[in-house]
Amino acid sequence: MKTNIIPAIRLTIVTLVFFSVLYPGLIWGVAQLAPNRGHGEVVVANGKKYYTNVGQTFTEDQFFNNRPSAVDYNAAGSAGSNKGPSNPEYLAMVKARIDTFRVHNSDVDLKDIPVELVTASGSGLDPDISPKAALVQVKRIAAVRKVSEDAIVNLIDSHTEKPLFGMFGPAKVNVLGLNLALEKL
Amino acid sequence: MNTEIFGVVAMYALTILLAVPFGRYIAKVYAGEKTLLDPIFTPLENAFFRLGGIERKAEMNWKQHMVAMLTINFVWFLLGMFILMNQGWLPLNPDGNPGQTADLAFNTSISFVVNCNLQHYSGESGVSYLSQMFLMFLHFVSAGTGMAAAVVIFLALKEKTTDKLGNFYNLMLISCTRILLPAAIIVASILAFNGMPMTFEGKDSMVTMQGDTVGVSTGPVAAFVAIKHLGTNGGGFYGANSAHPLENPNYLTNMVEMMSQMIVPLGMIFALGFFLKRKKMAWMIFGVMTVGFLLLCLPTIVWEIEGNPAIAKMGIDMGSGAMEGKETRIGSAASGFWSIATTVISTGSVNSMHDSAMPLSGMMQMLAMMTNAFYGGCGVGILNFLIFIILAVFISGLMVGRTPEFMGKKIEGREMKIAMIVALLHPLLILAGTALAAAFPEITSANLNNPGFHGFSEMLYEYTSSAANNGSGFEGLGDNNLWWNITTGFVLILSRFIPIIGPVAIAGLLAQKKYIPESAGTLRTDSATFGMMILAVIAIITALSFFPALTLGPIAEYFSL
Repeated sequence: MKTNIIPAIRLTIVTLVFFSVLYPGLIWGVAQLAPNRGHGEVVVANGKKYYTNVGQTFTEDQFFNNRPSAVDYNAAGSAGSNKGPSNPEYLAMVKARIDTFRVHNSDVDLKDIPVELVTASGSGLDPDISPKAALVQVKRIAAVRKVSEDAIVNLIDSHTEKPLFGMFGPAKVNVLGLNLALEKL
Repeated sequence: MNTEIFGVVAMYALTILLAVPFGRYIAKVYAGEKTLLDPIFTPLENAFFRLGGIERKAEMNWKQHMVAMLTINFVWFLLGMFILMNQGWLPLNPDGNPGQTADLAFNTSISFVVNCNLQHYSGESGVSYLSQMFLMFLHFVSAGTGMAAAVVIFLALKEKTTDKLGNFYNLMLISCTRILLPAAIIVASILAFNGMPMTFEGKDSMVTMQGDTVGVSTGPVAAFVAIKHLGTNGGGFYGANSAHPLENPNYLTNMVEMMSQMIVPLGMIFALGFFLKRKKMAWMIFGVMTVGFLLLCLPTIVWEIEGNPAIAKMGIDMGSGAMEGKETRIGSAASGFWSIATTVISTGSVNSMHDSAMPLSGMMQMLAMMTNAFYGGCGVGILNFLIFIILAVFISGLMVGRTPEFMGKKIEGREMKIAMIVALLHPLLILAGTALAAAFPEITSANLNNPGFHGFSEMLYEYTSSAANNGSGFEGLGDNNLWWNITTGFVLILSRFIPIIGPVAIAGLLAQKKYIPESAGTLRTDSATFGMMILAVIAIITALSFFPALTLGPIAEYFSL
């Protein structure tokens, strides 16, 4: 023990400087060359800055709604609901969300409501929905905004991000991008 | 859904393809052979050892190794306690987060020193940037500690009789500088270019399209996430870990993070083969682990794709699978795959909330940690597996009436006793911990986020995760209080150091024994038959120990759905 304690402390100090100062410093330098210099991807519209990858609350009928969030899209405190699959309280909540969705989208069949629109994401900040989840909202948005359904369907098509290299992972639509485009329609 | 399955197959296949050459590189590093990176690292490490006052060529026996390992780990633990409790006034705290309480700091510091990363706090509000930087240091050195211990075994299993097994400080440091660091620089750069924050400017805010003002936590995320996975640590920068869109922005980063958590454990298996020139042995180990991994993984993916039957009864479109606690950009298949990869390996990072997984998926996640033998964490995967090899050698030796031998060394009573202690400690800590928590409902029941069987699973998962040094959780459990911080803290210490000391002691004892060349009478330990024997030993030990507890939790919940 005695022969080890001094070398242990000295080696700790040296490696501490290396791995928690020099290494992140180097990565910080690399990030200066990355998009938006390592501040996370943002989009600026109408003079306002939004984080592309951070979901935000969209509950109004005029916007594409996104998924429920356990933390109300608070990007300073991410979390999921952590509700177990058999929790009766949770299942009642899902049922209530389905009912709410049907009130706002009265012409959508029950069997067409995608499950992700009534279940909360892991981070509470999911920025995306599936193309299907966007398409079921077209009728409502067209009616509220008084634009043609075709125009909105085209918008979804042009904003759908294909799987990685066309092969890997799910297709998705960024809700923020979709709603910003909707505002310009 | 097809593309989701292709994605899973691609990331798994690519990892294995990369792991073989990476294993060759790892073996070269530990054998002291020339590599391309020598001109950079040799002078750098020499400087480290000069400043540290360490003679890197002084070889140690297994006991000296363990004393050196425990001493430096103790220094890290104390330093961690100090920083976490005082982060409120220490520099680099742009978000103004307060210092941790003593019990939380105790748990957090231990948890990161032992490569577990339970995280009874949330990254956005529970730690300052200074603490995050210190935890990043522990990401490196705790992984290096495990790898150094594994290399002691590599050295001990060579065909000679010795008690000189390399220098702990040297093995620990070259693991960090030559294996983890180059990989971390590559991975962190890819992540930064995919929109992961890497800044020291503190919390930002934005006004949403609907007019609310919300804070957005950023920070030096890219550097942190790279080593969090490569070192199989798993402690997230944010509370939601790799489910957070800034900690895992797209499917590409998901694949990169997945591959980087598997590459070192897989690489270490192949490194063992290259180092000892016993490639067949490495493939046998890899085969057993892969069979175990797939048995856990494939059903889980299917259950997650099928989704929650209780929600399906409501009549909606279940096409996306079990989406509670999952992210759209990742999907249910890749989330199910990740949940088993991260529990089999001791990473414990999550890209979906395990608490909301299907009941039997939750059981598979727990079983992955209860077996604690497939792939495993940085270095410790090999150590855990050695225990099962020793048990299998002994049992099959008795069955066929031959002296139990492994790698030309006789397995005797002392080694067997150590192996049994290590093998039984794991179920003891998990089951005794859970039983204790269940025996005091007046303290623990208020911490549960779900009623009934699932609530029991939350407690069982927490101790399983601690004992496997995994760090994932059924995160609904309210675990930042005296009970959980302290009980899991002690489980963490015991379940880290005894399973390191035990296998290293066995290896040290074997190394001192006379080498007996293989003959026609030797029981072959690199054959498929012997592999099945190991698998059977693992299955019997886990099934007998854990089946009763699992029936009270996930299995009961499954039948109640």
